[in-house]
Amino acid sequence: MTKAVLSTLELLLLLFPVALLLGGYMARVFRGERTFLSSGLRPMEKLVYRLCRVDEAREMSGRSYALCVVATTLGGCLVLLLIQLLQGILPLNPQGLRGVRWDTALNTAISFGTNTNWQAYAGETTMSPLTQMLGLAVQNFLSAAVGIAVAVAMIRGFARKEAKTVGNFWVDLVRSVIYILLPLALVLAVVLVSQGVVQTLRAPVEARTLESARQVIPMGPVASQEAIKELGTNGGGYYNANSAHPFENPNGLTNLLENFALLLIPTALVFSFGIMVGNRRQGRALLAAMLALFALGLGLSFWAELSGNPLLADAGVLAGANFEGKEVRLGIPASALWAESTTATSTGAVNSAHDSDLPLVGLVQLFNMGIGEVVFGGVGVGLIGMLFYVVLAMFVAGLMIGRTPEFLGKKLGAREMIMAVIGILLPPVILLSGAAIALLLPAGLAGLGNPSAHGLSEILYAYTSAVGNNGSAMAGLSANTPFYNLTLGLVMLIGRFATLLPGLAIGAAVARKRTVPSSIATFPTTGPLFVVVLVGVILLVGALTYFPAFSLGPILEHLFLGAGRLA
Amino acid sequence: MTRRSTGAAERRSMFDRALVIQAVRGSFRKLDPRQLLRSPVMLVTEAGAALTTILTVVSIVQARPFSFELQVSLWLWFTVLFANFAEALAEAQGSARAESLRRSRKDLAARRQLADGRTEQVSAATLRKGDAVVVGDGETIPGDGEIVEGTALVDESAITGESAPVVREAGGDRSGVTGGSRVLSGQIKVRITANPGETFLDHMIAMVEGARRQMTPNEIALQILLVGLTVLFVVVVLSVPAMAHYMGVATTVPVLVSLLVCLMPTTIGGLLPAIGIAGMDRLVQRNVIALSGRAVEASGDVDIVVLDKTGTITLGNRMATELLPAPGVSREELIDAALLSSLPDETPEGRSIVVLCKNELGIRGGDIRAPGDAVFIPFSAMTRMSGVDVGMRRIRKGAIDAMEGLVRLLGGYFPEPVKAQVEAVARNGDTPMVVTDGSRVLGVVRLKDVLKQGIKARLAELRHMGIRSVMITGDNPLTAASIAAEAGLDDFIAQAKPDAKLSLIRKYQSDGHLVAMIGDGTNDAPALAQADVAVAMNAGTQAAREAANMIDLDSNPTKLLDIVEVGKEILITRGALTTFSVANDMAKYFAIVPAIFAAAYPELGVLNVMRLSTPASAILAAVVFNALIIPALIPLALRGVRFRARSASAVLRWNLLVYGMGGLLLPFLGIKLLDMFLVALRLV
Amino acid sequence: MKEIRTAFLVILVFSLLLGVVYPLLLTGIGQLVFPWRANGSLVSVGGRVVGSELLGQSFSSARYFHGRPSPSDYDAMASGASNLGPSNRALLLVVQERVDRIRSKNGLPSGTPIPADLVLSSASGLDPEISIESALLQVDRVATARGLDVAVVRSLVERMVVGPFLAAFGDRRVNVLRLNLALDGLT
Repeated sequence: MTKAVLSTLELLLLLFPVALLLGGYMARVFRGERTFLSSGLRPMEKLVYRLCRVDEAREMSGRSYALCVVATTLGGCLVLLLIQLLQGILPLNPQGLRGVRWDTALNTAISFGTNTNWQAYAGETTMSPLTQMLGLAVQNFLSAAVGIAVAVAMIRGFARKEAKTVGNFWVDLVRSVIYILLPLALVLAVVLVSQGVVQTLRAPVEARTLESARQVIPMGPVASQEAIKELGTNGGGYYNANSAHPFENPNGLTNLLENFALLLIPTALVFSFGIMVGNRRQGRALLAAMLALFALGLGLSFWAELSGNPLLADAGVLAGANFEGKEVRLGIPASALWAESTTATSTGAVNSAHDSDLPLVGLVQLFNMGIGEVVFGGVGVGLIGMLFYVVLAMFVAGLMIGRTPEFLGKKLGAREMIMAVIGILLPPVILLSGAAIALLLPAGLAGLGNPSAHGLSEILYAYTSAVGNNGSAMAGLSANTPFYNLTLGLVMLIGRFATLLPGLAIGAAVARKRTVPSSIATFPTTGPLFVVVLVGVILLVGALTYFPAFSLGPILEHLFLGAGRLA
Repeated sequence: MTRRSTGAAERRSMFDRALVIQAVRGSFRKLDPRQLLRSPVMLVTEAGAALTTILTVVSIVQARPFSFELQVSLWLWFTVLFANFAEALAEAQGSARAESLRRSRKDLAARRQLADGRTEQVSAATLRKGDAVVVGDGETIPGDGEIVEGTALVDESAITGESAPVVREAGGDRSGVTGGSRVLSGQIKVRITANPGETFLDHMIAMVEGARRQMTPNEIALQILLVGLTVLFVVVVLSVPAMAHYMGVATTVPVLVSLLVCLMPTTIGGLLPAIGIAGMDRLVQRNVIALSGRAVEASGDVDIVVLDKTGTITLGNRMATELLPAPGVSREELIDAALLSSLPDETPEGRSIVVLCKNELGIRGGDIRAPGDAVFIPFSAMTRMSGVDVGMRRIRKGAIDAMEGLVRLLGGYFPEPVKAQVEAVARNGDTPMVVTDGSRVLGVVRLKDVLKQGIKARLAELRHMGIRSVMITGDNPLTAASIAAEAGLDDFIAQAKPDAKLSLIRKYQSDGHLVAMIGDGTNDAPALAQADVAVAMNAGTQAAREAANMIDLDSNPTKLLDIVEVGKEILITRGALTTFSVANDMAKYFAIVPAIFAAAYPELGVLNVMRLSTPASAILAAVVFNALIIPALIPLALRGVRFRARSASAVLRWNLLVYGMGGLLLPFLGIKLLDMFLVALRLV
Repeated sequence: MKEIRTAFLVILVFSLLLGVVYPLLLTGIGQLVFPWRANGSLVSVGGRVVGSELLGQSFSSARYFHGRPSPSDYDAMASGASNLGPSNRALLLVVQERVDRIRSKNGLPSGTPIPADLVLSSASGLDPEISIESALLQVDRVATARGLDVAVVRSLVERMVVGPFLAAFGDRRVNVLRLNLALDGLT
């Protein structure tokens, strides 16, 4: 209990001050102002523009910006796909791994290009160091930068008045990488190496254990990838066990740092939002809503885990503690905290086995992802998703005070409504359809790792994770089959664009509007009432969407455990 | 705010028999899917009802138990019918009121004037735009138009219900007349301004009647949300059989259709058209004809209103309010002289001086007459004074420079203290009128611009709603400032040129404000066309009426308050019912999900928080509740949620509590009661 | 179109910067400044690599402290969890089995609850540590198997305990490999 509270407090006390500073820094970066790193990084930035023939001063309309987003995302997928297929003939392949199987490669390419990092494969036996470095890690940076750029464009929409442009995608992309992701990743990676995260290009090492068994110890350039995996809310680990693997997450310090890192940029972006729209209190109000939902999910998770599994207690396990799929150096509270963080953002990295979590913990994870990952959320897309809910909430709230809806002085009309509705409601539509299909087809059922209600949760989790671009899994589901690779790949693609493109559209539409001054008749969106309305809308929409699915999955399993019934 | 009924028609209660019957017929007519296309939620409900009906028939034919399916089908049909009824009732009410207005001018006779000056007797229905008609004492004006010649005292009670007659005259800002009103005295020539069927009334009726009605921007946005939710719930419901099958539970189509219809926002989907129509109808109740639904919505957002001074904020004519005798002159002397010189004076100023003097002397009524030998000297632009010669006395009154000149001419002197008094009055923004007897200066009468009664309270109410009021006048700054301060206006523009109104409105709009304007004159037309909410007085010129998007039949400038209220009410009602409708879904889930699954998985019985008797009764209770809530909320939809002028946060908190929490909790109670009822009646 | 060309140029440039320069730079720093950590924290005995400090390995002899159950039996090239759900019959059966085995092997009366980490597998399958309670309940068996004084073995265990990081992350635990190496060092 104390560990639960302490770990949360320590994480938040580290997170918020740094996020605040980073938020201010990022606002300056995207406004083109000088920062303390400018003298060192500006030459590199200019070099990249020259090499890529980018005109820094050009501004883009929403449509052009969207085209760039799609081109970069699909281009990234394509490059990654090629690297994987040609892996067998490319250098830096000490284990001599063959080209990745076509459906796995396609799924992985889409996955990393869309910031999902769903891994249908096991890293140790599928990807060579070159593929990991040049393919996967590069997409980690790029997809994160794409998300940040689109969020910034959307913020500009609210900040600008009667503007036809929302910025330059290439400039935003390059700045995200050079000023934000790369410096942070370097610093974090060095710290990680110092603690034991592996960073080498040598081949795996053969060891002879104390009992004279043969153990082959894997190697690889892990720290460099680990850093961007967390910072960019990617989540794709070097090894199969992800951040449960001691070589990716060796001790409590690295765990704290990695957990902090995956929350950092999403939180900082909300601060940046407040600064860039000239209303810091608005940013804080959004953060309050996110923190409230975070605490809710975390509280429920802690309560469930600390109550333990009555079936295990019956079998003779001390306190019925649910230690299945947990690491000793991390412990149950830190695992629950991480799981909440990773599903609230769209990271998807895991330091415990979610498939073995108690049902209510699984419910929280499913809900976090199912509402679109807006509780801090993924880099960029979290803020975008939250703004969709803000549009919806302000629409209804505006009506209830007798005014046509508005937010930050911008009137919200039919166009904004369509985009917000697509952003919020299309993902659940896709995921429920996909899960339903998988539940009906033998190809889908064949992958199940657990029976009955928990199996339903497994399949639901897979599609929820894919559409939200999360990437974590209840890994009992054997998803490295053409059926799952193709369906989940499609779902990931739709989910990504269903967030980025409507967000961009709202930004562009809102940029063109002029602002309406506030008065006693407008509803202040920086106060507790706004936060309550926003949280209420999110909870209600989520509950209404997933009530049936959750009743048959996690809730039923929870009731099984309570009744002592085995599945 | 008094709500008068229009015309001579009696007040109709909301559920007048004839209207209800008309609405019931309309609700069956609207079952046509082509009609329901405008309301996707109800269209899907109708499809569900048709589907379950077919399945019921199949069950009957196959001799299987069909009671449950039959009841579900029936209640689904009722759901659609109730929604249709709401819309039809609102339409019937709206049309009825407008019809009563229109009826008052049917079968009228008109004297049409031909090109050569002769007049011919024709039926009013044959009048066309541009025709000239003459109307005399006691005759009824045959159609909407503008007076081009003459002045008349008009009784508009058939239109507005107001029995006090009004003056209408050619050339000024009071030249508009409405068909159906009666000339009490006077002779006027009227130019008809609209063809039959194209009058403002006809325009408004078109807006009310469903088939030709266009959805306003806010309605469209709300429909998008409702469609989105519908699509979501269709997918949610379609995923249930897949999950159920995996878990080994069978599901039937009627149950799934029930779940879908219960989840969809049928309450707001069904009542949405009625809310808008009823809003327009409530405007007609307050004697405002809305010509644009968009403008009605925008009026909820108005934050600046631009007002004229003369005739809008002030009475239009100055009133005498104070008598200031010169030193050495008794008060009675001044009163006597002022009274004598004003008794024969027909001007409003003169009459008000008479009233003031009478009040001072404590005399009422018309007992005082001018002495028989008094000769009245009327005001002339040359002398700039008026007065009376009675006996040897020459009493005059006028502006200071004119009086000073007169006194000096007659050899008298103008006392300094009186000059000081004059200055003091002018500095206060009032008009000083100096009264003299021969060469003696008797004193000063203060003439004030008097505010219309209640204007201060009205403007305060507007401010409470967050609306700033701005007065625009050609007067000098001093006078304007004092009026503005007295009336409680937020701002004023003085010495304004005619086009100042238009540029002012443009400037406010570019700053992001939504501007309302009230006007009546031809020079107001450009500004009215620019304003977001433009209210023209019905008595105003045709140009003003055509430029506006709302017509105030009462020609009352504070009508804007009513318009803003109705605009806000419409929006609030939409928001409240949407929240209520969606919040209802939680209870329905708690009724239906355990009903489907608790048989196979008794552990899920925990979800049956309402302790409903059987799966069939639970589902049916939910369906019945979903259907009955629509007619239960029809009065609210038609009346509108009352708008109270409090801060936005307070309004939101209250509405959230009532419709949000209420929407969450009420159905738990409702479904439980219905469940008990259904079981008691052995219907399941 | 121009934007598509720019997209490919950007991907190319960043692939070089982020896919080659960045990881190589980091590898260089790692190998120079933290060579032992960067190369897997390998533990050697007599010039031979016996394992990594950070990775668990299989122990089944009575003379050694046993680690946690592992779905892959500590195959370091196959990290992963069992992914068995909390209501899964298979999980409960295997747990019951392990509980019985541990009770019998360590001389514990039937009905004694066993610390969770010793009967449930880890998320990575390579967890190198066990909780202090799990270590202590093995002390008797190990001491007997090696002919050592129980108090000596116990104090060895207690000396090697590390606590939770910042009082919140992790349990009180011992590294099994280090512990067993120290054991070997005793005799």
